Amino acid sequence: MAARLSGGENRLVSLPLSRIRVIMKSSPEVSSINQDALFLTAKATELFVQYLATYSYKHGRGKEKNALTYSDLSHTAEECETFQFLADILPKKILASKYLKMLEKEKRDGEVGEDEEEDEEEEDEDETVDEDVGS
Amino acid sequence: MAERPEDLNLPNAVITRIIKEALPDGVNISKEARSAISRAASVFVLYATSCANNFAMKGKRKTLNAGDVLSAMEEMEFQRFVAPLKESLEVYRREQKGKKEARKDKDKKADSEEQDKSREEENDDDDERMEEEEQNDEEEVDN
Repeated sequence: MAARLSGGENRLVSLPLSRIRVIMKSSPEVSSINQDALFLTAKATELFVQYLATYSYKHGRGKEKNALTYSDLSHTAEECETFQFLADILPKKILASKYLKMLEKEKRDGEVGEDEEEDEEEEDEDETVDEDVGS
Repeated sequence: MAERPEDLNLPNAVITRIIKEALPDGVNISKEARSAISRAASVFVLYATSCANNFAMKGKRKTLNAGDVLSAMEEMEFQRFVAPLKESLEVYRREQKGKKEARKDKDKKADSEEQDKSREEENDDDDERMEEEEQNDEEEVDN
């Protein structure tokens, strides 16, 4: 085991404060952060990582296989209110074939009614098909 | 400052260690899951910062402080973090105080000069203070 790089004592926070500061400062409206606020944010991020991991493991499917998987995480982002803000960066995975079908459907829907943005009803298509057959 | 996009990532080794310590022994964490959690953590920092900043703005303060971060946790529905965070902060403050006193003995002179300048007692971050001083200098030049 290699010795820990930073300090011999049992560290209060393991995430690097300098990096946390860089991320915080990347937000344009933030002008300055005091040391306590920086420390708290780093510590909160640690708690968040623990919570996200344990929550996803407990509620996920990987549990049977003793594993934490990506889909456990995206499931959490989708299902749990508190983690909803992660939905955009943890999208649910779908098969490419399914995605292509979705794209096609979107295209067709677009042709039927361009004003309606994401029309997910299938009835429209069926009707047009019926008409074609009838004529 | 963040110059490259990688600068906004948190170190993978540390993130992995935190996850491993949180989960039962022997749980396998897929590589994809690790990087997803790491990304989520960066987003969490940004989200918390933005919430905390709103509280600072409401209080007409330019500097984010501990209270702002704690209020942000409540607003984000992470109330469960507030108590452990307060505890850690106590320990951290004590630790910092110890360090500060040790430093004081070393360079008493420089430190007392600094203290005359500082407007906020809470703001004991050296970097921050330097930036504030820079800003003050600029203002003086403008005038």
